[in-house]
Amino acid sequence: MFNESIGKRSKPVINIVERGAVKKFALSIGDPHPIFIDEEIGRQSRYGTNIAPPTFPRVFDFGTIESLNLPSKGLIHGEQIYRYNRPLKVGEEITCYTEVKDYYEKKGKQGEMGFLAFKNYGTDAKGEIVFTAEQLVIINETIRRMVMSK
Amino acid sequence: MTTLTELHIGDSLHSIVLDPVSRLDLIKYAGASGDFNPIHTIDEEAENAGLPGIIAHGMWTMGNLAKLFSNLYEIGFIEEYKIRFKGMVLLNDVITLQADLIEKKEDRYFFKVAATNQSGKEAISGEVIFKVF
Repeated sequence: MFNESIGKRSKPVINIVERGAVKKFALSIGDPHPIFIDEEIGRQSRYGTNIAPPTFPRVFDFGTIESLNLPSKGLIHGEQIYRYNRPLKVGEEITCYTEVKDYYEKKGKQGEMGFLAFKNYGTDAKGEIVFTAEQLVIINETIRRMVMSK
Repeated sequence: MTTLTELHIGDSLHSIVLDPVSRLDLIKYAGASGDFNPIHTIDEEAENAGLPGIIAHGMWTMGNLAKLFSNLYEIGFIEEYKIRFKGMVLLNDVITLQADLIEKKEDRYFFKVAATNQSGKEAISGEVIFKVF
């Protein structure tokens, strides 16, 4: 039934690369580099403002995909790939959405595992893609049965 | 610090050893990222999920690993950052962050990156493509 979600997209959501959120995030990964949090350093940098760490899109709301019921617990994060055309700038608006790219099943040591691949997109005010984030989520058999029996 | 352009294939960026992982680290990351999956912060929830104890968010480790490149943003940026989550990071683990240059192609530097625990086991590993302006 995850198969039916392949190709489905969420409705885009506007997110702001908020200064306070960037600072809190940088601190939480032990990376309070001035390029992320010092306003003066940001202004003098080649970007003209502070930028966000590459994994910052974890904070963004990418919207929800209709009819895709993922459990909130028990999922395993298998892989993550970020691709950037440029860094995210503090203060800018990023429009985000997500898409189900693929779903497949494989037999593993712990029974049949489901692999759900998402691709998240972030575009800027000009409509240009700033980044994409691909994510592979692994769902084990027990959880899959729970979802299907709902 | 060695500048990027002076690096040769096989050289490494200055590696970083993190302080032992604490519950507060993970509580802070949960708050900052919005990922409140309780297996990262609450013992009972982790145990109910069959884990030996709370484990770090994979994305916390991935976030930490990227800081090897934070000094380089004036000359370029991370164009691609690809990670496989391989092993759990538990409380009090001591994580080492590493990046080794494996290839150079014009304005792109290809690094093999990894975060390993105190037993030398990889928690995450992958690749960074750093593009210079």
